[in-house]
Amino acid sequence: MRIELKKRDGLSSLFSILSPFIALGLTLIAGVILFLLLGKDPVKALYSFFIEPLTEVWSLHELAVKAAPLILIAVGLSICYRSNNWNIGAEGQFIIGAMAGSILPVMFHGWQSPLVLPLMLIFAMIGGAAYAAIPAFLKARLNTNEILTSLMLVYVAQLFLDWMVRGPWRNPEGFNFPETRNFHDYAVLPRIIETGKTHWGFGFALIAAIVLWFIMRRTLKGFEITVLGASARAGRFAGFSDKKMVYFAFLLSGALAGLAGISEVSGAIGQVRPVISPGYGFTAIIVAFLGRLNPLGIVAAGLVLALTYLGGEAAQISIGITDKVTRLFQGLLLFFVLGCDTLIHYRIRIVTGATQKGSAA
Amino acid sequence: MKKTLLALAAATALAGLSAPATAEAMDKVKACFVYVGPVGDFGWSYQHDQGRLYAEEKLGDKLETAYLESVPEGSDAERAIERFARSGCNIIFTTSFGYMDPTNKIAKDFPDVKFEHATGYKREHANVATYDSKFFQGRYVLGQIAAKTSESGTAGYIASFPIPEVVQGINSFMLGAQSVNPDFKLKVVWVNTWFDPGKEADAAKALLDQGADILTQHTDSTAPMQVAAERGAKAFGQASDMIAFGPETQLTSIIDDWAPYYLERISAVLEGTWEQSATWAGMAEGHVVMAPYTNMPDDVKAMAEETAAKIKSGEFHPFTGPIMKQDGSEWLAEGQVAEDGELAGLNFYVKGIDDQLPQ
Repeated sequence: MRIELKKRDGLSSLFSILSPFIALGLTLIAGVILFLLLGKDPVKALYSFFIEPLTEVWSLHELAVKAAPLILIAVGLSICYRSNNWNIGAEGQFIIGAMAGSILPVMFHGWQSPLVLPLMLIFAMIGGAAYAAIPAFLKARLNTNEILTSLMLVYVAQLFLDWMVRGPWRNPEGFNFPETRNFHDYAVLPRIIETGKTHWGFGFALIAAIVLWFIMRRTLKGFEITVLGASARAGRFAGFSDKKMVYFAFLLSGALAGLAGISEVSGAIGQVRPVISPGYGFTAIIVAFLGRLNPLGIVAAGLVLALTYLGGEAAQISIGITDKVTRLFQGLLLFFVLGCDTLIHYRIRIVTGATQKGSAA
Repeated sequence: MKKTLLALAAATALAGLSAPATAEAMDKVKACFVYVGPVGDFGWSYQHDQGRLYAEEKLGDKLETAYLESVPEGSDAERAIERFARSGCNIIFTTSFGYMDPTNKIAKDFPDVKFEHATGYKREHANVATYDSKFFQGRYVLGQIAAKTSESGTAGYIASFPIPEVVQGINSFMLGAQSVNPDFKLKVVWVNTWFDPGKEADAAKALLDQGADILTQHTDSTAPMQVAAERGAKAFGQASDMIAFGPETQLTSIIDDWAPYYLERISAVLEGTWEQSATWAGMAEGHVVMAPYTNMPDDVKAMAEETAAKIKSGEFHPFTGPIMKQDGSEWLAEGQVAEDGELAGLNFYVKGIDDQLPQ
């Protein structure tokens, strides 16, 4: 006996729209069971998870801060994945971008001028794009598997950051602690509204999402991305170059990941530390797919995922569950969302009886 | 170094000058804790949580507590602290060095909330206090025990970050060992993490492979103790009593007992007498406690007990001259005792340590 996934013939547009809501409903049911088993009041728990973070202004700002890097990276990745380029290394591009952007405030901290911040942003985008260019070059030129190369470069970036912050970039007044100087005022990404924490990284994320949505929907480039993603051969007949697309997709997503990196470091942390990302580059892959590779969908998906982080903290405080339950709950949500999506496109077929010849392998 | 002295001096001055921010007694207080690791690490965060539970037990209805565990240092820490400040906490304990800047940042916006930061040196606002313990006092005792019981004459040290607190510990351990065996060898591995059982276990194995037969650690997990137990070596526990993880292995452990401090500071908020302070307490105040001496001969135990008693009574200070620096130059002259301010910025090894301090 084995289980097969078979593509459904007709795609139900109704269920495509309902899918995320069904998933949310199933998550809530599973959550109720989970919290009941833990002996906690499920209504209170779900309230603190999904509603409480939305009831206060400061918390909404925190939501935007947490969602900003996720959205910014994920919209770039959506272009990659649409064009059939599997960039798994956004985490590394995020880190290298953040480091390239931090060169000025860390190494030339004496130079304080309004020019510093724009240059930092540009450096970061160049850094992220350059780092993404490595797997792109390897793929276009040598036909290597970009999933492996981009992923492995993440670890290189993490270790490079670690080494720099413990060594050459360490704050001379920081008691040997592995962190750089605090950024000076000109190097800090300003807040969008002075009264709240939301910094311009969130603005960049929204702008990037809208621009990319427009490109995908309304321009020839968008058509090129879609065609090459569906079939490189068909794309070539249309006169599109799949090699150029490899570079375009990687450089674009690398630059956006780099921008996300410097936004996080300069807008939220204020210095470079050995670890600057709790896995944004990887979480963004989930965000990209939750948003169905649609830039506007990604904005919503990024906010939802950020909400579960904040809700997890709120739940830890208000009902005293451990942070393990929070992670479990996030896992449930993703499981149901992806499960519903899969089952709308595919149906499960259970094949019984003797293994057929030829399909045993 | 200079900066530390200055910071200490400034803190003392501030503590002396500033009147208590709220002089009114309260009926009920809410105390909140931010932990860097899981409360189940059986090391650093576990001990802080034990302190929280102790205060809860002692103060009963007058105290409500909350905690957040596994909070990464960085922007997440700032949000966690702000969430506490907004959710009605009267006093917030932030228990990792990396929370220093976020703590001071949030403290500025919430002048009515008291902030207590563990192991840091910045007290930028009147409502921020810092606290730490003189773990190095216990390390000296460990060094003596190691030199007495080691057969290979070599101990392995699993170190986290090359910050003064850790360097104090390594030096103190070595001085203790040298007081028994002047030729004692100490190998150090830097794992660059506070809590990573995998890395800590790898370091433990590497040290044992290099000939160490006793392990000590300045990291938070029980992994090194478990590796030592598997290999039949001996080890010292860290932060909490880890005897359950090495019944035949643990010689003793330096227990961080935060309970008295937490009770004292929370009570101060209740009574309206809380003031900014920079606490650095040790054995005498009951903040550093030695776990029972096990798996060692009676004479070693007697020596350890005697040394610990002398340190506790103040009769002996682990950093008493003559002490040479690693490069052979003199640090402390005969009979000279290191000052707290100097120790707080310690960034060099004493003579005899077989390692290059990462600079």
